Amino acid sequence: MLGIVEQLRDKMQRTEVYKSIFRHSYQDTQRNRALQILDNVFLHLHPVRISRHATNIGFTWGMGGITFLLFIILTVTGVILMFYYRPAAEYAYDDMKYLMNDVAFGPLMRNMHRWAAHAMVITVMLHMFRVFLTGSYKAPRQFNWVIGVFLLTLTLFLSFTGYLLPWDQLAIWAVTVGTNMARATPFLGSEGPFGPELGMRIDNDVRFVLLGGTQVGPPTLLRFYVLHCIFLPLIAAVLMTVHFWRIRKDGGISGPDVSTKKF
Amino acid sequence: MEHLLKIMTKPDNIPIVLMLGLTIFYTWFAARKGLKNDRQEVSEEAKQADKVQVWPYLVKVEFLGALLVMAILTFWSFGIDAPLEQSANPTLTPNPSKAPWYFLGLQEMLVYFDPWIAGVLVPSLIVFGLCAIPYIDINPKGNGYYTFKERKFAILTFEFGFLLLWVSLIVLGTFFRGPGWNIFMPWEYWDTHRVVALVNVDFSQFFFGVPTRLVDDTLNPMAMLIGSFIVLGWYSLGVAYYIWKRGTPVIRKLGSLRYSIVAFLFLTMMALPIKVILRIALNIKYILVTPWFNI
Ligand code: HEM
Repeated sequence: MLGIVEQLRDKMQRTEVYKSIFRHSYQDTQRNRALQILDNVFLHLHPVRISRHATNIGFTWGMGGITFLLFIILTVTGVILMFYYRPAAEYAYDDMKYLMNDVAFGPLMRNMHRWAAHAMVITVMLHMFRVFLTGSYKAPRQFNWVIGVFLLTLTLFLSFTGYLLPWDQLAIWAVTVGTNMARATPFLGSEGPFGPELGMRIDNDVRFVLLGGTQVGPPTLLRFYVLHCIFLPLIAAVLMTVHFWRIRKDGGISGPDVSTKKF
Repeated sequence: MEHLLKIMTKPDNIPIVLMLGLTIFYTWFAARKGLKNDRQEVSEEAKQADKVQVWPYLVKVEFLGALLVMAILTFWSFGIDAPLEQSANPTLTPNPSKAPWYFLGLQEMLVYFDPWIAGVLVPSLIVFGLCAIPYIDINPKGNGYYTFKERKFAILTFEFGFLLLWVSLIVLGTFFRGPGWNIFMPWEYWDTHRVVALVNVDFSQFFFGVPTRLVDDTLNPMAMLIGSFIVLGWYSLGVAYYIWKRGTPVIRKLGSLRYSIVAFLFLTMMALPIKVILRIALNIKYILVTPWFNI
């Protein structure tokens, strides 16, 4: 005699609505374990079966996965911050103050966004370090490494453009120091080798384009905001999609080539 | 000591302490795994080459890992507030003005090189060099498992760049650079009025007594000649090594194009610490001064 709860569950599981959502039962069988991966768009990033060493945290350090997780956390907290933030010089700083003092969970959201961003820079570097040390950039994964290098630079640019947005002393001076370099770009900077010869001035060189002015000012804030919230995350998301797709296409996580005894 | 604790626990510096700890740990961890594999006939990874189902064996690890990361991040964010300083003021330059921490290695290079090298050339070469790695490292061994024996040159070169030139310069920039970008020990008080007398000389002046500029302040062609000779001489080491070793299987398989890229990147990377040492030990500023750029 089944209890009332079990009876209800069985009934529910036989309805058309339930079956249209969950396409297989939850019994622990080989088949269901495979379907669990195949029938789920998110888990379907994975293959159904992988070699055991690839599940070992000592091999991958989990750093690629953590980097991706942090990117997701940054997207969620970032969207929440956008509700409270206006990228104009007269508002930006006050909005931050408001967020830190008067918004429920405002400081938590900002702190999580800030610390996750720092952490992501660290984990992406460690991920690269691991991929190098296991030689995982070697054939057939050469190009996925190159995509990775672009992801690394995007991560740094994301962090850098975000640094300006609080519009405090720390922000504008760190960005001033960072963007002053652009002046020295060969050919394209007003103080770079061959720059003046090619007609580069402080008000038309590559730094001017980046900042929208001759110094870090309100136009820079708007530029960095758009780059930070729209352009760079979009590109990063596209490249991550390619990165993950290629991991699958390149035969999953790298491992010793057991067939040819080269290990 | 108090001052040391203060900069180590400054909210924005905690990640750097974290990074330092993690890099040291993982360098040791990977070295241990590599050396262990090197002692064995069959690598640890090859012993685990059998297949398992992703659900639950991998998904479980990912799930627990994600929980752990989110827990740490939540505690971190409850405990420590992100800094918010005074409102932006373009007329008030803080001293020191530091770039975000991950660029401090490049900012450190500014002490030793002109901005077009430290700020533009070096980062471009880092990105280019990283992208080139899979195509210039043609050693098929050590793919998918930890090892040291089978890829000594590759691993040592990468670790030199990553640990010594990237990570430790970030640490130097964060903890040892104070007002005026002068070196301060972490326990030293940041004295904004400290002036360090610098008498920089150029290479040709120091070693050959040939001044960079003539009495009428135009560039001295002799100094330029010496400078060019040194720079070209440095890179021709790569050519000399090629001629010497061109018969060996490694160099032959590498081919001249790949070899040139490897040699150029390697010599450029090695030139960085050499210039640093020349500056610190001998106060040498430039190797080569031309009307357009200085090296
Ligand atoms: C936003 C940045 C990145 C994300 C989210 C990411 C994510 C991942 C993930 C989840 C994996 C699976 C294995 C693992 O976790 O280690 C992976 C593998 C890989 N990544 Fe990344 N990655 C990023 C950046 C990079 C960078 C900077 C590089 C190298 C320069 C790189 C090169 C690779 C390669 C070659 C693999 C295959 C490794 C193997 O088969 O063992 N990725 N990545």
